[in-house]
Amino acid sequence: MIRLKLPDYKYQTEKVKERFSRLKRRSITMEVRNLTKKFQGIDGPVTALKNINLKVHKREFVCVIGPSGCGKSTLIRTLAGLEEATSGEILLDDKVVTKPGPERGMVYQEYTLFPWLTVKKNIMFGLLESGATRSNAESEARQWTSLVGLEKFENHYPSQLSGGMKQRVAIARALANQPKILLMDEPFGALDAQTRAKMQVYLMEIWKNIDITILFITHDLNEAVYLADRVVVLKANPGEIQEIIEVPVPQPRNPSQFITPEFLATKHHIETLIHPKGELKEVDNLNLVRMVNVKSDIGDVF
Amino acid sequence: MPFLAVRKPLSKEKRSLVAILSFAIPLMIWSAVSYLPFVWHPLIKVTDAGSVDYFKANMLVPRETFEFEAEKSVSAGLDPPSGLPANPLYLPAPHEVGKALYTAFATEPRRQSEKWLHESLWSSIQVIFWGFILSSMLGIPIGILAGTFDFFSKLFEPFIEFFRYLPAPAFGALAVAILGIYQAPKIAIIFIGTFFQQVLVVANTTRKLDPALLEAGQTLGANNRSLLLKVVIPGILPDLYRDTRILLGWAWTYLIVAELIGTSSGITWFITQQARYKNFDNVYAAIIIIGVLGLFIDFLLAYFGRRFFPWKTT
Ligand SMILES: Nc1ncnc2c1ncn2[C@@H]1O[C@H](COP(=O)(O)OP(=O)(O)OP(=O)(O)O)[C@@H](O)[C@H]1O
Ligand SMILES: [Mg+2]
Repeated sequence: MIRLKLPDYKYQTEKVKERFSRLKRRSITMEVRNLTKKFQGIDGPVTALKNINLKVHKREFVCVIGPSGCGKSTLIRTLAGLEEATSGEILLDDKVVTKPGPERGMVYQEYTLFPWLTVKKNIMFGLLESGATRSNAESEARQWTSLVGLEKFENHYPSQLSGGMKQRVAIARALANQPKILLMDEPFGALDAQTRAKMQVYLMEIWKNIDITILFITHDLNEAVYLADRVVVLKANPGEIQEIIEVPVPQPRNPSQFITPEFLATKHHIETLIHPKGELKEVDNLNLVRMVNVKSDIGDVF
Repeated sequence: MPFLAVRKPLSKEKRSLVAILSFAIPLMIWSAVSYLPFVWHPLIKVTDAGSVDYFKANMLVPRETFEFEAEKSVSAGLDPPSGLPANPLYLPAPHEVGKALYTAFATEPRRQSEKWLHESLWSSIQVIFWGFILSSMLGIPIGILAGTFDFFSKLFEPFIEFFRYLPAPAFGALAVAILGIYQAPKIAIIFIGTFFQQVLVVANTTRKLDPALLEAGQTLGANNRSLLLKVVIPGILPDLYRDTRILLGWAWTYLIVAELIGTSSGITWFITQQARYKNFDNVYAAIIIIGVLGLFIDFLLAYFGRRFFPWKTT
């Protein structure tokens, strides 16, 4: 086996370094201070999140990654105001927020378009709630549908769309409110690999062209490194920040960077954080006893 | 595609065939019992009394009695009676009921004060309609509120849970005392029979709405009022419609009891009257009319349902 010689993930070229220093000088869109979230479990309280501290700068793209059940969804739901923090604060543009609001857009993994509204009317929903007139909302919704390339489908119901199209509408619906931050919880998790790759490119395009800050949850290493300026790695039980990584892959990104040394180095590092060596325990090994005597004309697949 | 495939819809032709069978099978059983003399037929209809002095033509006698009398007269060297196997009066043959269905509408009532069948039916429909509308006007909003806000759930549901176990007809006498003897107490019984179930059923349906839709609404800036009017209500509408169809069926089942209260009226008056005259063919005709009417209304509602909710693919 060939061992690739990878650079240190902390090594940044001058250009990347310079970009990060500019990024850190931008204003802070969302700040999380000492956030702790406990759930009342069946046998006592469960600490889902512990002492989370995070600053997301304006127009930054932050990915949150971590093993299953580490509290990623809990984090984003708390940021959205859908769960109440047990302690700590969430600040949006320096103001404490506790309730959900249109200045924090949300896109979920499951499809949450309103099934009784057409694509256009789904997008109009938030606009009308914020007091836009019907005709304004309608023309604005049209622009958003064409931005996500769905003009032809503006009068379709969600049940008539593919998974990727539904998520595009969901993104447009959240963006139409012009939120300060877009919170995305594994938005492409239910899509097939190809659609997913396309959606990533899409999202990058949108992010480049629109004044939006994104906090994106994923459990896909490639997705995290490809999309993010910084990757927040969580660990489980309790959910704590393990490390915040500045991705050394230069911007603007494109899919050919998937195999550059700095990309692989970052990916490798996150991998070792999430799955430390020797973590594979006894219980994870298949019990092969039953498989030894499988009757087959072909004895060995190799 | 086979007829029995787990959770797979049948083809269009097969579906119609099975639907026809669902009515044809009971009708065939009924016909067999009515027209095949060797099936059941526990009685003998006397055609000729012979020497038996208490027999008369067209009289229905139990088979054993007939055979006993026949043997007795034969052994005494007298004329034996003759007769044909017959079913009891309360089981008329399909063609008799069919005829009654027609004559029930076409015959003038016996007395001036009595009503034509279609008038009786109309009166029944009005009782159902008003009972159900009044119940829905209160029950659906309360159900939706209880399903949306825990406050209303805790405020209404414990009492309703208690009240729904009280049989609606038990309030008959009270309803008459308060509301008089005409239509009002009957409407009240339909109301009582429907309302309490309705609140609970609607509340449950409301609770089943995907909470992610409510959260999506909140993150899009909807306040409580908007959530209720623009997310909850449209979200549950198809299920609410289906519930309403089912509840309307329940309201129908209360009809007969309701109409017995105060002065008997409507289709129930017709049925009890005909049963008193032993015109059982008319009784069956009336029962069939109720069934057909209910089925027709349900068909109509199902048809409109598909038009109302175009986003529902099924
Ligand atoms: N409503 C709740 N009540 C009790 N415990 C909860 C609740 N929601 C989440 N938890 C617990 O909090 C922990 C974190 O859950 P969470 O859904 O945030 O994980 P996650 O990182 O999003 O997982 P996944 O990658 O599978 O989506 C889990 O142990 C879970 O059991
Ligand atoms: Mg999750």
